[in-house]
Amino acid sequence: MPLTAWRNWSFSSQPSDSKRPSLGLPDLAVGLGVLTTLYLIAHIGSESLVKFKPPDIIPSISLNPRNLPNYAARSTLRMFLALIASTLFTFIYGYVAARSKRAERLLIPLLDILQSVPVLGFLSVTVTAFIALFRGSLLGLEAAAIFAIFTGQAWNMTFSFYQSLRAVPHELDEMSSLYRLSRWERFTRLELPASVIGLVWNGMMSFGGGWFFLAASEAISVLNRQYTLPGLGSYVTAAVQAKDFTALAWAIGTMILVILLIDQFFWKPLVTVADRYKLEITAGEERRFWLVDLWRSASLPQYAGRLIQPLIRTIDRRLSKATAVPAKTHHREPSKWADRLYNSVLILISAALLFAATRFVLSEVGLREVGHAAKLGLLTGARVLVLLVFSTLVWTPIGVLIGFSPKLARVCQPLVQILASFPANFVFPFATLGFIKAGITLNWGSMLLMAMGAQWYLLFNVIGGAQSIPNELREMAASIGLKGIRQWRALIGPGIFSSWVTGAITASGGAWNASIVAEIVSWGNTTLKANGLGAYIADATTQGDWPRIVLGVGLMSLFVVGLNRLVWRPLYDLAENKYRLG
Amino acid sequence: MDQNSNLLTAEKVVKSFPLPAGGEQTVLEEVSVNIVQAEIVALLGRSGSGKSTLLRILAGLVEPTSGRVLRQGVPLEGPNSGVAMVFQSFALLPWLTVQENAELGLFARGVPKDVCEKEAIHALGMVGLEGFEGAYPKELSGGMRQRVGFARAFVMKPDVLMMDEPFSALDVLTAENLRGEISDLWERGAFPAKSVLLVTHNIEEAVLLADRIVILGANPGLIRGEVRVEIPRPRDKKGPRFVALVDYIYTVMTNPQAPVGDIPTKQSDRFLMLPHARVGGISGLLEIVADRGGREDLPKLAESLRLEVDDLLPAVDASNMLGFATVSQGDVMITDIGQQFAAADVHRSHHIFKEQLLKNVPFASTVVETINQKKNGRIGKEFLLDILDEHFSESEAERQFQTLVDWGRYAQLFEYDASEERLYKVEEDEPTSFEG
Repeated sequence: MPLTAWRNWSFSSQPSDSKRPSLGLPDLAVGLGVLTTLYLIAHIGSESLVKFKPPDIIPSISLNPRNLPNYAARSTLRMFLALIASTLFTFIYGYVAARSKRAERLLIPLLDILQSVPVLGFLSVTVTAFIALFRGSLLGLEAAAIFAIFTGQAWNMTFSFYQSLRAVPHELDEMSSLYRLSRWERFTRLELPASVIGLVWNGMMSFGGGWFFLAASEAISVLNRQYTLPGLGSYVTAAVQAKDFTALAWAIGTMILVILLIDQFFWKPLVTVADRYKLEITAGEERRFWLVDLWRSASLPQYAGRLIQPLIRTIDRRLSKATAVPAKTHHREPSKWADRLYNSVLILISAALLFAATRFVLSEVGLREVGHAAKLGLLTGARVLVLLVFSTLVWTPIGVLIGFSPKLARVCQPLVQILASFPANFVFPFATLGFIKAGITLNWGSMLLMAMGAQWYLLFNVIGGAQSIPNELREMAASIGLKGIRQWRALIGPGIFSSWVTGAITASGGAWNASIVAEIVSWGNTTLKANGLGAYIADATTQGDWPRIVLGVGLMSLFVVGLNRLVWRPLYDLAENKYRLG
Repeated sequence: MDQNSNLLTAEKVVKSFPLPAGGEQTVLEEVSVNIVQAEIVALLGRSGSGKSTLLRILAGLVEPTSGRVLRQGVPLEGPNSGVAMVFQSFALLPWLTVQENAELGLFARGVPKDVCEKEAIHALGMVGLEGFEGAYPKELSGGMRQRVGFARAFVMKPDVLMMDEPFSALDVLTAENLRGEISDLWERGAFPAKSVLLVTHNIEEAVLLADRIVILGANPGLIRGEVRVEIPRPRDKKGPRFVALVDYIYTVMTNPQAPVGDIPTKQSDRFLMLPHARVGGISGLLEIVADRGGREDLPKLAESLRLEVDDLLPAVDASNMLGFATVSQGDVMITDIGQQFAAADVHRSHHIFKEQLLKNVPFASTVVETINQKKNGRIGKEFLLDILDEHFSESEAERQFQTLVDWGRYAQLFEYDASEERLYKVEEDEPTSFEG
């Protein structure tokens, strides 16, 4: 079915005829592009199958800039593999959560918690596990890095998919039930298209965040061993160890280039194509993009499409038959007792896990250590707070300024998007050097580091919020002479409040995560450390001190989840109820 | 065989939902309906009468709490495969072409692609959409989109074609046009379904199209009665029999206690439900009726204001409840108090409204008493919702609350702070001087 749609679209709404298009320049471009990509993937992929036995044969990083394209390609491959894994996870998890009430009760709170858990804290566990799994080849490390990126990307996309599934218009749902669409047909014709736009946009945002995790997971010290994967992140780590400025500069330049290329060749086309799956049927302008136009004007894709079509159709039919909905779907309400039993079991299991974890921690580590870690947590929390206050004071006015001017917005928005995707840990070394030279302790300096990654989310959202204030309201304010602080209090503040909350939640989450790599930094042989939970976890990871890792990560999760419930959730509700525009 | 001429039967169908405060709200109470071959049946009722729920139960999309649905004598246990539905908001998949949308039902049945195509193109021709097979829904107007909806239903050649307020999302002219075409198809005998079940809240539409009109009451939903339409087709909207029937049905629907046909109605001792009308609508209605000499025919009123049953009747009901107007024989007549209210200036109209509200709506007096009894003179929304929850579903309770607040504020019985969700005693001002 999808391929007939392709054909129709490329002939722009004319009924498909059997006109045989001739091969031209677009075909050359498309053909070369596809072949090159396939070759690259195969070539880079094969490098991951190199044998290695930790810690003896570890691939070494050469700081020669000539290696950068190779390293960049390997990092990019990891990112995309993680994206594929995230997408698959999203479909399965989101689908089950949306379709089964019982599963939902478990899965959604679990997702909430997973979103708050600092991923980097678990690296030690995952690295050791994966290495054991893939003995003898580099795949273990690759898998661990991909897993780290996956955990940075997947949760957001899953939430979006779950919410899209629940927001499917009721009548479309009824129509599918009445016409007895099989599960497969319902998924491919209704549920998936309805969630495409949300998935693509969320994927775009999450993907950017993944670079940060990539950089942190390509070179890690676990259990006093150094593990490195050839890639941009490890290149930067090596450059930092060697105090090589030029290499660092090359790396940053390459990173920016990679982000731009991926944006042009992957995300923008995807967003353009996804536009046609809008649920509101309005005859608006179509989005256009040069790459998509090029693809459509080439005839190779159509030939290829025509070739595979019978195969796809057969698979489609087979899957439909296999997932057919039974004719008798009426069933009496599930018994209340089964429900209660399920709930009690869930509560029991959670309580048991909690109990086991606390006992483990307390016996290995002792209450005093818990208190110590908690105090460190408060310190890190204070840093996050200061960071948020500072970002709000600085970036909100700027964001509003940009948002109110369409010209500025057109220039700045893509810029901010890139800044948000750019892994801040690439720039940490510069800051570190600055701190060392100026003698600033990391207790303060880490705030700057954490801000470098997190504040862009705030800015980005505030810009969006300012754009969404209706022009009418601004004109009204101008006409009654509402200016300055008064205008902020009456109009602008409330208008951007809900966007600010969204941005602040994301920024805060990002800052907590960043603390693990921001509270311990090094340049060459000098290491700076701050007093905080992030440093605590990073230390414990390097030493392989399991109880401390569990304690640190557990406490940080507790902090984040607690803040979510006590601070962010009520603020979000307030934004939805009181300050919603229209 | 007698059994086979009964295409679809609902036997003592009951549908109830659990109320948030415990207990149940019954949406349909022992409803029995029968559809035979070659007839158009209309389900007519106000919003809240459960007509859409009944439709979905008959289609097998919703399971009744008790009672059963028989399809040609066989009990239904899943979606009814002999039924095709046309939806109020068209329910087209935006990313499929017109043809792909039309084929969807057959495709899901595993019918081979070439047969699907042939049938779809034929059905699209029947609704006048030849040439549009490759278009996407977003390129079509509302009327054309609904035609695709019809084509999709036609393609299935169902026993019963169900239509859920199919024309209410269209503008008046397009709706008239489409209605006429469907009627034409039926008269010609070329209709691709054996019978039709139409859910509507437009009385004229029901009389125009149906052979039999089943009138549903609200709260709970039950069948108040049936009206046979034996006017020969094509039906003239201005014809005397047509007009008389429409009038009769208006009478029935504005008088919930009146028997329809010879089916007695149950007197129910229920908590008084406020009609969903705002004070603005009530005073607007009274002013118009006063303008026209104090009495107006409801169908005429509806047509000249371009309002349908669901828009006009709540205001009429509210005026009736508050003593501002009475309804009989399909006419609304303004009372003396109503005249005073319509003619009064702003201050006096608040006062009149307050008097009538306290006199006729017991719950309003209760609320005022409760506020006055409390020392700080305020009560929370939750408190009132708790009371309302015992009689209405969650959403209806909310709507009742909002209506009460709207009326109470106008009557200056109390004040309401929406952000704190609390009702306050009205501050005592200097008494204003009244005229007369």
